[in-house]
Formats: sequence, structure tokens, C-alpha cells
Amino acid sequence: MTKEFLAGNKAVARGAYEAGVRVAAAYPGTPSTEILENLARYDAIYSEWSPNEKVALDVAIGAAYAGSRAMAVMKHVGLNVAADAFFYASMTGMEAGLVVVCADDPNMYSSQNEQDNRNYAKFARVPCLEPSDSQEAKDLVGVALDMSEQFDGPVMLRLTTRISHSDTLVELGKRTAEEPAEPTEYRIDRVKYVMVPGNARRRHPVIEERIRQVQAFAETFPYNKVEMGDTSLGIVTNGVAYQYAREVFPDASFLKLGMTYPLPEQMLRDFAAQVDRLVVIEELDPFIENEIKLMGIPVEGKNIFPLCGELDPTVVRQSAIEAGLLSESAAVEIKQPDTKGLPGRPPLLCPGCPHRGVFVMTNKFKLVVTGDIGCYTLGFLPPLSALHTCGCMGASIGVAHGVSKAGIAQKHVAVIGDSTFFHTGMPPLLNVAYNQSDTIVLILDNRTTAMTGHQQHPGTGTTLMGQPTYAVEFEELARAMGFQRVHTVDPYNLKEVEAALRDCLEAAGPAVIISRRECALLPEARKQWMALEVNEERCNGCGLCFQIGCPAIVKSDKLDPKTQRAIAWIDPMLCTGCEICAQVCARKAILFRDQVAD
Amino acid sequence: MKEITNFLLAGVGGQGTLLASNVLAHIGVKAGFDVKKAEVHGMAQRGGSVSSHMRWGEKIYSPLIGRGEVDYLVVFEKLEALRYVSMLRPGGTAIVGNMRIPPLSVSSGDDVYPGDEEVRRIVGEVTDDFHFVPSMRLAEEAGNVRAHNIVVLGVLSNFFAERVPPETWLEVIAEWVPQKFLEVNRQAFRMGREISQ
Repeated sequence: MTKEFLAGNKAVARGAYEAGVRVAAAYPGTPSTEILENLARYDAIYSEWSPNEKVALDVAIGAAYAGSRAMAVMKHVGLNVAADAFFYASMTGMEAGLVVVCADDPNMYSSQNEQDNRNYAKFARVPCLEPSDSQEAKDLVGVALDMSEQFDGPVMLRLTTRISHSDTLVELGKRTAEEPAEPTEYRIDRVKYVMVPGNARRRHPVIEERIRQVQAFAETFPYNKVEMGDTSLGIVTNGVAYQYAREVFPDASFLKLGMTYPLPEQMLRDFAAQVDRLVVIEELDPFIENEIKLMGIPVEGKNIFPLCGELDPTVVRQSAIEAGLLSESAAVEIKQPDTKGLPGRPPLLCPGCPHRGVFVMTNKFKLVVTGDIGCYTLGFLPPLSALHTCGCMGASIGVAHGVSKAGIAQKHVAVIGDSTFFHTGMPPLLNVAYNQSDTIVLILDNRTTAMTGHQQHPGTGTTLMGQPTYAVEFEELARAMGFQRVHTVDPYNLKEVEAALRDCLEAAGPAVIISRRECALLPEARKQWMALEVNEERCNGCGLCFQIGCPAIVKSDKLDPKTQRAIAWIDPMLCTGCEICAQVCARKAILFRDQVAD
Repeated sequence: MKEITNFLLAGVGGQGTLLASNVLAHIGVKAGFDVKKAEVHGMAQRGGSVSSHMRWGEKIYSPLIGRGEVDYLVVFEKLEALRYVSMLRPGGTAIVGNMRIPPLSVSSGDDVYPGDEEVRRIVGEVTDDFHFVPSMRLAEEAGNVRAHNIVVLGVLSNFFAERVPPETWLEVIAEWVPQKFLEVNRQAFRMGREISQ
């Protein structure tokens, strides 16, 4: 059997293919995005980018109701959006397997919080499986679907960033499912699938009984594995934490949990009885630890290992030494030169980013800006410092409406990206029109889902599987919702942005400004790249252009003879020729594209 | 060769760090090792700090390498070398391409980019086995500055002369670089290999 070297996300996609998934839906979100991108390569599976995770999960549930194996994929916070669907799916069960893949992000490499989604599994009485490498990530997709069908309910496959984005060797299998020759009849069961109170009351005891059955099943579940070693220390662990623990404690006894909810109580009791000291090593919440404590078994965990952030071999080792689980001699020698003064490399708006033009203008009007999730969130960084709130997907508009109703001394606007707007921006926009506030909403339409690596969305005219489709127009949408003041501007044209903002600020009432310019990194935009130049005689080093925070404009070694300030230089390797700096320059020292061409 | 070999590759987004790490991972697979690779990067599309943990051995557990346990620190940009140098096992091997990509705080004049002597001094606190590679010049000579990462891999390849023949490296490189740049990259690899022999 050949082995392939696969990232966890790619392995999950392969697992879905092999296990006969027929419908998969997701909204992109780091670290889960690559699962659907890889799944879309299999013609046998219908896969889509849904507008948000709630829609994606409803789609997957519908497919499972219709008798097809289905998968919904999201990052951890996506399950907050999809929680309503997650709970009713647990209540109804379905006709075919449903796996809900969610990827937590310990250490928040690309997230607003660090929530542990195993809590959702318990909350909704949904079994939770956790792989510890890519092989298990692939295999557990099929296991989850089998379990989903055996117990008649969804199963959560919980990944973490380190599982999603680590590559390990995977033995591939074949797709086992056969395609039905003709569509299957939809099986109607009104009592099971219509969650009105009378039916729901009947279902609740059913799902409580179901989780008890899964608990019994967990006792012999092959991915819950005991590896006995030295019995002075017994470690209960899961996911990637197992790998760190095996590395740091090569001699200890292990109970590795492939299913972290519900837990195999007897297996845990037996394991605990065989070891002198029982310790849980898990990332984020003390989830396993608390479950074990509820069983009345003495156990340690978060008193030794940190709750916040990501574990790694160093964290596990140092925590263990501090707690006396390992002797001082187990410490690894580290030499840490003093590198405190070294420059950092924080994330930035790219050269040519269309969001920059909007922020230059919101700064000019000294606006309070309620923000959202996307590349434009980076506008909060100096020197722009132009974005003042960011909580979750779609929050910008509702927050702006609330600010407006409360009343503040300054003028304010909301900014939201195109993909984020489709995700959860539409209901709050409707609310601004319905409940009428002086809220100005800037939709930053860069024609893609940029932050997660350029995915399609309902405004781009193409689907995940590459099919051409209807592209929604924001202008029509806003007017249909009741907005009478709707502007469309090019953020590379600062005067245009300024005029639209002035018009909306001077008028009272709701307004929408669509700032439309494709992401500078899209292939079509790249073809237009052209480096601008500085006229060294005209530049006097005033520094206005540095205030737009473009990585392509730097202070040169040359000083202006009069002012003794460093004059600007444009890095031709980075500049895309967006001309925002040229428009900001008061001395016309930065040449526009046509001037450079001359 | 000891039981497990740990590599940490690092650079700036857009530099080809992840391509180099894919090449190195598949060389390990071809040589018959268990291999694990973990990429660590934040939100930036371009221009952020990027690193990749890579481990070869008979049986690998953790995809991440502990601090002080990196055997080969392979970095494609000078400032990034200093950011990750404490990951290196004292006395381990540091291979650093001499590319210089100043962050915005340097271009804006708020911070100072460390000079080559400073780079040597700081890396020297952790190891004497330091290979400062003129990767830019050699890649240019090979025909394209973008092949600087393959020059650095060429230097690295000499440390595995017994276990992995150069042909294996060239085969895997051919699988990962665009066809039209294949000859440039082959040449870059050879130049890196020769300069360090």
C-alpha cells in the first residue's frame, strides 16, 4: 500500500471521499479552509462554499435527511454561528451519516478567541472524535459516519490547527460507497423531524439514551487505546497533545482517547487503578479532566499544564519539571541570546491593498470605525490605527447601529468585507434600514474572500466547484433592503471616497458605500502591477506618505538638503502602482502611473 | 546520523520557505524515514514571518520540535535567523541565506536592521557551526534570484551525503519547481552544494 504525505486537512478530505460522502458544505476559516478546497477536486462529491457555517450545516443536514452521507466543515467559531443547526440535528438524527468537522485554533493563530468546541459536543449530546495525526484524521471521518448511522445523530470530528496544518504519512484506501442508480425516495417521518414542542419532548429522552449507548460503545472503541509502560505515571491524553506527551514521557503509561465525549468510564477506572498518579494532558479546557473528576476519580491536569495557548513539547516538558513529574535532569539546554531589540514582523495590509484608500479617508474625517473580520481588520495597526472594534463575523454593522442609537459626539461608520457581508452582514444591514439609524456602512468589496486565501463567494459569479453562477450586486441588495443613499466608489480614487463619505455624513439617515476594487493579489490585478517612483527634487521628507502604512514606501538614505529629513523611496519589488501615496503627497513628489510611463 | 533529525526552516512569507520545506519533507520520505512537518504562520498573506518544523526518523511523535532541540536551523532571511536561533540545540548547525528583507518598522526608520556582524555574534552565542550562505549572489549566478532557497538546500544536502545522494535531492526538486525554472534550480542546488563542500 502506498503512503502519501498529507496535511490533516487534506487527509480529512480524502477520508470523506473514501467514506462515501456525497454532499459537503463549508464557509472558509483558518485552520479548516483546505478541507473543502481539497474535497472540491473529487467529482463524486458535491461540495460548496455556503454563505456561512449555519447555512453549510443546514445543507449537510438536509443531505443526510435525504439519505446521503454528508459533511459540514468550519473553524471553531463557525460552530457558534451554526450552533442552532447543531442542536436540532442532534435532536432529530438523520437518515444517513453526518459528520461535523470543526477546527479549533489553540493560540489563536488566526482567530478572535480560543474556545474549546468539545464543550459543544457535550452541550448538544454529540459524540466527539479527535485525531492525533493525518492517518487518524482520514480514518476517523469514516468512523464518524458509521457511528452517526449506528446511533442516529451527528458526530463531531474535532481538529486543531496543529492537526489541520501538520503533514504526516497516510495509507490511502478506496472509495467504498456505490452511487445509487436513481434518486432515493425521501422518507417522511413527521414525529422525528418536526421539532415542535410535542415532538421535541419525545426526542429529548431519546438523545439522552443515545449518548449513554455511545458511552458503552466507547469502552471498546479501538481509537481509545491503553499503552502500558511504567505505572508510576498514567497519562490520559488526546489529539496532538498525545504526540507531545509521548515525546516528553517515553516511559509512562498512556490512555489515548480518540473519542473525548462521551468518555469510557470503566476503561478510565481500570487505567486509574493501575497507575500511581493520574494526569490529563490536553489543550485548552480541562474537558477530559473535569469529566474524570465527575466520576470521582482523583486526577490532575490544569494544575500542571496551561489552559491558555497551544501546548508543545517545550511547554509540556517545562510544566512537568515544575510539577515534579520529571526530574530537573530532563530539562533541555536552551541558549537564548538577547534579541529583545530586534524588529518584529507584524501582519500588514499588503502593498496595493484597496482597503488602504478607505482607511486614509476615514482617518481624514476622524471617524470612529466599527470593524469586522477580514484583511481590513489589520487597519487597526499603526500608522493607520483606523479601525476601532472587531469582535466576530458580521458584528460591525449591528455595533454601529447601537453606537448610533446611543449617540456619540463623533461621526462613525461600519466597515465590512464582501464575503463577511454575505456571511452575517445582511441581517444587521436590514436592521439599519428597518430601524433607521444614521449608520453609514462601507462594504469593502475586493471581489474575493481574501484573508483565507481567495475563495469564491456569492458575489464573485463562480462556485467552489468552478461553475459560473449569478453574482449578487450589493447596490441592488441595499436598495431592496430600503437604502436610498447608495454610493459605489473606487478606493484607489481618494477624491471619490471622500465625496461619497462627505455626502453620507452631511445627510442624515442610513447609507451604504460600496468600495469596489479587487484584491491586489488576485491574478488579474497582478497583471496591472507597475512600480511608482519618487521625484527626489520635489520630496522634502514631510512623511505624509509614510502615514498610509504601505510596506513599499520607505525612508531612503538621502536627506532633503533644507529640512534634513529622509526623503521617500518606493521599493519597485513591492509597489503595485495603486497611486494612493501619490494622491496623498502634498508636493506631487510621487509620480502617477502615466508620469512614470512617460 | 542520530535517531531523529530535527529541522526548522524559516523565512518571510513569499520567499519560498514553504516550498523548500515541502522539498525537504519529500526527500525524507524518499529516504525511507517517518516524516512529520508542521507549518506555523499567522494571518499575513505576504511579508509575515513563516516557519516550518520538520522531523525525520524511524518513528516520530510530535510534529513540533521543542526549544533547544533543532539540529538544523535553515533560514532564508537574516533577521528571521535571529528570531528562531534559540530553537537551535547549542552547537547545532545554522545555515542562513544572506537575503535581507527589512520589516516596515525598519523602512519607516523606527527600528534598525541588524548588520552581518550582529547576525554572526548572536548566532555565535548558540553555535559555532554557522554557515552564512551568499544565497542571493549564487542564485543570481544560477540564473534567478528566486532560486536562493534551493541554494540553501544545496548547502544543507552536504550534511546528509551518506544517507541521501544528491540525485534524490535533484529528483524531488524537479517535482516541486516549475518546469521552466528547473535548470536554474538544479544549478542553484549544485552551487550551494559546491560552496560548502
